[in-house]
Amino acid sequence: MKATTADQNTNVWEGGATKPLGASYGKMMMWFFILSDALTFAGFLAAYGLTRFKFIDVWPIADEVFTHFPFIHGNYPMYYVALMTFILIFSSVTMVLAVDAGHQMKRKKVILYMFLTIIGGIVFVGSQAWEWKNFIKGEYGAVQLKDGKIIQFVNQEGKQIALADFAEKNNPIVQHTRNNGLWNEKGPTVSEFTTEGIIEAFKHNPEIGIRLEKINPETKQKIVILNKAEALKYLEQSARVVEGANLEVNEYGSSQFADFFFFITGFHGFHVTSGIIINIIIFANVLLGTYERRGHYEMVEKVGLYWHFVDLVWVFVFTFFYLV
Amino acid sequence: MGQHESNTKLIWQVFGFLSLVTIVEVILGIIKPHSLHFTIFLGTSILNWIFIILTLVKAGGIMWYFMHMNHERKNFVNSIILPLIILIPYLVTLLLIEGGYIHDVMAPYINWKY
Repeated sequence: MKATTADQNTNVWEGGATKPLGASYGKMMMWFFILSDALTFAGFLAAYGLTRFKFIDVWPIADEVFTHFPFIHGNYPMYYVALMTFILIFSSVTMVLAVDAGHQMKRKKVILYMFLTIIGGIVFVGSQAWEWKNFIKGEYGAVQLKDGKIIQFVNQEGKQIALADFAEKNNPIVQHTRNNGLWNEKGPTVSEFTTEGIIEAFKHNPEIGIRLEKINPETKQKIVILNKAEALKYLEQSARVVEGANLEVNEYGSSQFADFFFFITGFHGFHVTSGIIINIIIFANVLLGTYERRGHYEMVEKVGLYWHFVDLVWVFVFTFFYLV
Repeated sequence: MGQHESNTKLIWQVFGFLSLVTIVEVILGIIKPHSLHFTIFLGTSILNWIFIILTLVKAGGIMWYFMHMNHERKNFVNSIILPLIILIPYLVTLLLIEGGYIHDVMAPYINWKY
């Protein structure tokens, strides 16, 4: 027993005397943390899958939701998120290069590659923020019916058009902000459009039709109604104007799509942010020469594991939110 | 930690491979070939199956080469991989079946005619 105790005291942080798994304590625990975190993300994505299957015939089409690209106007689905994926994979590469340089005790190279990794992480989180901004702001605007369905507006070709393209901003109610009311509070969001104004404009504009949330399984596109009389039957049920997306309502369709998008990409973004912070701490230690004195760069390897995991999760988020 | 040989070349090769897979995914996602998009196989389109398989390949590449699973002992690799490949497909299968069932029960009650 005594011998074991002595062994533990000297070797416990190196994985024990016999090293049953051949890895140090720290690395092993990082792996098991990653395992549990992977199961957490799997739970979220599986819940997303359940909800999506539940609303399979009305789920928003991702290609129509995420269409923006910086500095370019128009409809570019996929390109931006592909760019984000590349940024994250690239920062994973610089991380693994830092680990590789650490194995060879090349401090200058570790510094360079860790620095690039941190920059890559910051660029990724910034890109994510821009994606959120576009989603929250919305592009076209829609009308929500009393039973919660979202109605969008299209032209004769079935292409979506914005509320501002045909309706007047005639809402007499002004949004209560800190600047025009009580200085210490602000009111709920008020649209500049009114449902009455939109219906009136819809009646007088022969070019416009509506689009339902429902997907036609044969074309995998949302059902478009160009017949005025039929479309007005839907619009008579209007309850409110919806612009953009939040946790309660979503102009692109099912509000649960927005809920899951915000929650899962938000949770991933939180992981990236904490990864950046941990990377900065380790980077500072590399600069101070802590690992040079310790004789090995295993801490860089451990934080690298976490960073690769964040990349790994993004690979799945990318597939299940944007591709499938 | 002694002196290790540099794996820089392998790292760039893996990066090239992951980029290639991503580019293929994006191209397929943009053009959505009709024959793949509308052919149903085991509950979803062949295109979706391609995406899922490519994603798993990418995930494997990252774990194996970037997270250095190829350097770990077999017992350790199994203790990480087995819980994932047993529990996740189990959970996903049950939840997706449940989701499909709720849809079948609920969807007929939703009114689309006004």
